[in-house]
Amino acid sequence: VSEAVAAAGDSPAARPAPTRNRAEYGVCVFLALAGIVVLVDALQLSNNRTGVDPLGPKPVPVFVGSLLIVLAVALAVAVLRGSQGEAEAGEDIDLSQPVDVKTVLLLLGVFVANIVLIDFLGWVISGGLLFYGSAIVLGSRHFIRDLVISAVLSVGTFYGFAIGLGVGLPAGILQGIL
Amino acid sequence: MQSFQFLLDGFATAATPINLLLALVGVIVGTAVGVLPGIGPAMTVALLLPVTYNLEPTGAIIMLAGIFYGGMYGGSTTSILLNTPGESSSVVTAIEGNMMAKGGRAAQALATAAVGSWVAGTIGTLLLAFFAPIVTRFAISLGAPEYFAVMLLAFIAVTAVLGSSRLRGFISLALGLTIGLVGLDSVSGQARLTFGIPQLGDGIDIVVVAVGIFALGEALWVAAHLRRRAVEVIPVGRPWMGKSDLKRSWKPWLRGTAFGFPFGAIPAGGAEIPTFLSYITEKRLTKHPEEFGKGAIEGVAGPEAANNASAAGTMVPMLSLGLPTNATAAVMLAALVSYGIQPGPLLLQREGELVWGLIASLFIGNTLLLLLNLPLAPMWAKLLRIPRPYLYAGILFFASMGAYAVNGSSFDLILLLVFGLIGFGMRRFGLPILPLIVAVILGPRVELQGRRALQLSSGDVKGLFGSVDVATGEFRFSALAIVVYVIIVLVLLWPLIFKAIRKMLPAKAAAVVDEISEEPALAVAEHHRVEVTQTDERPSRTENKETPN
Repeated sequence: VSEAVAAAGDSPAARPAPTRNRAEYGVCVFLALAGIVVLVDALQLSNNRTGVDPLGPKPVPVFVGSLLIVLAVALAVAVLRGSQGEAEAGEDIDLSQPVDVKTVLLLLGVFVANIVLIDFLGWVISGGLLFYGSAIVLGSRHFIRDLVISAVLSVGTFYGFAIGLGVGLPAGILQGIL
Repeated sequence: MQSFQFLLDGFATAATPINLLLALVGVIVGTAVGVLPGIGPAMTVALLLPVTYNLEPTGAIIMLAGIFYGGMYGGSTTSILLNTPGESSSVVTAIEGNMMAKGGRAAQALATAAVGSWVAGTIGTLLLAFFAPIVTRFAISLGAPEYFAVMLLAFIAVTAVLGSSRLRGFISLALGLTIGLVGLDSVSGQARLTFGIPQLGDGIDIVVVAVGIFALGEALWVAAHLRRRAVEVIPVGRPWMGKSDLKRSWKPWLRGTAFGFPFGAIPAGGAEIPTFLSYITEKRLTKHPEEFGKGAIEGVAGPEAANNASAAGTMVPMLSLGLPTNATAAVMLAALVSYGIQPGPLLLQREGELVWGLIASLFIGNTLLLLLNLPLAPMWAKLLRIPRPYLYAGILFFASMGAYAVNGSSFDLILLLVFGLIGFGMRRFGLPILPLIVAVILGPRVELQGRRALQLSSGDVKGLFGSVDVATGEFRFSALAIVVYVIIVLVLLWPLIFKAIRKMLPAKAAAVVDEISEEPALAVAEHHRVEVTQTDERPSRTENKETPN
């Protein structure tokens, strides 16, 4: 059904692209590694089975870890036979373009900056920078207007949510000023 | 009619001025956010959760109900006025709806969608009020083995029935189970997958997972493929419909509702199948077959009603069993948990006031939506023109705010980033999102019920299939659990069974089976090329080879 969905939208049909296949094997590696991590972690559990808990905490993670590894192998076989994940389409998505790596990395950079700065600078400054940076990375070129919108949004959400609704947002260095 | 009394009490809860205000705000904000392209109902609810954090649970859930219906309605506006649908459940609405809009009948398309949603929502909520107590009564009688089996069925159903690839569905499920393992084991208290990080001891907050996968993952994914040319938005005036439109719409509304509700109520019914079924039915029954594919109002009215009725249907397993069967229900369950409410069969007994208040506010929100949206549609249409950099920067901004606010800690932002990257990868490699979310929510509960069942049988595997009768001390197999296991096996083996049936049948009958199973895909993928007729002159299978099925 959802393949028909993709066909009904204006997304292009599956394109032959060898690099996509290589990326699919990356998914297999990721799954296998995740499976190994889950199994190794499960093995360090002491399985003191008791009358209250005859199964203990160990079997379920062992099952999940094994499942991940089995699925990694199954996916590798499927990809070998030509299976390909169908990229998600959407209103603003143009799948005829390759992944825009630069935009994604810059966006991640802005996001990480917010993680690092939020507790020290506070939500108003850090969140404002998050919006401002993201808008510019995504192609906005109205530098002044963007700055005004960012400021209004971050100050507005701080007063509306943190002070108005009691949602926990940090004031940071502006503590006492806001 | 005990439900009726409870429902009246529910209205008394929901109709206090403050709760009415919350419902109103929820509907407006939900529609506004839901109209924005790329934001579906599940993401709308996830992004707006922080708004409800400090409200008391009843008010919060009433507001969520408004957000939920608002988000659904907003989504259909988007799919009618833009030519690409945001999510699978509004694909069918988009086909005829967008054609109508292009042909200058946007106002009628929006009107039939709005009124159809209202009709379906109202009937669906009535059915919910009727069925929720019945299913709850049944659910309370379930012991650990039966409950374990039913939850396993929910897993298998969302994974193997929905979506195009079962393998990718199971990968998504396994990832979700892994996330669900993180934290202290609820029985033995041992730390699993915490890597010595104290913040992981309590497990990962489902809200952070949902916001990361839905919101951050989506924003990153769109950023990677952002359409640089401006989208075409079809201008629209105030929605209205004439007598002839109404005459052509009311039957599809009712039929759509009849398709939607049951599919929503069973685990893994979802909205895709009933909207497709409704579309095909209307196409067969219409007196204007020539309009299908060019903007037939029946093709908007039916599927849109089916979509909304299915949403009301998903509330039945959510409220009576604690089983989420679509993404939005999953996020709403996550919300309940974050208010400290334990979902499950006892919800209706323990939190009766809250549940009936929620059901009543679904009626209220639905009606508010109709009253508001007919006049406000032109304003919503303007929202579609929001510059994309602001839209996606805004998603990042509100997602970060919501995730931080869960525990007031920047550690959750790191988790948000991790889940955003997982969400990005899932979109790129065609991994369905629903199995992951359902596994995160249900995984720990399945484990707990399974261990409880084994505890009752002192570790004997039989414990998963029945329990010891307290009165006689004898072991009795549970018919229900066994039936559910049989269904699970059938669902898992369905592709094999299907092949076998086709081989056994003579050629002609096999073609009919194919027709039934492929019809939905065909009708939509080829709606502009092939006219589906009821005669045997249908295009044969070989001619349709290029259609994915």
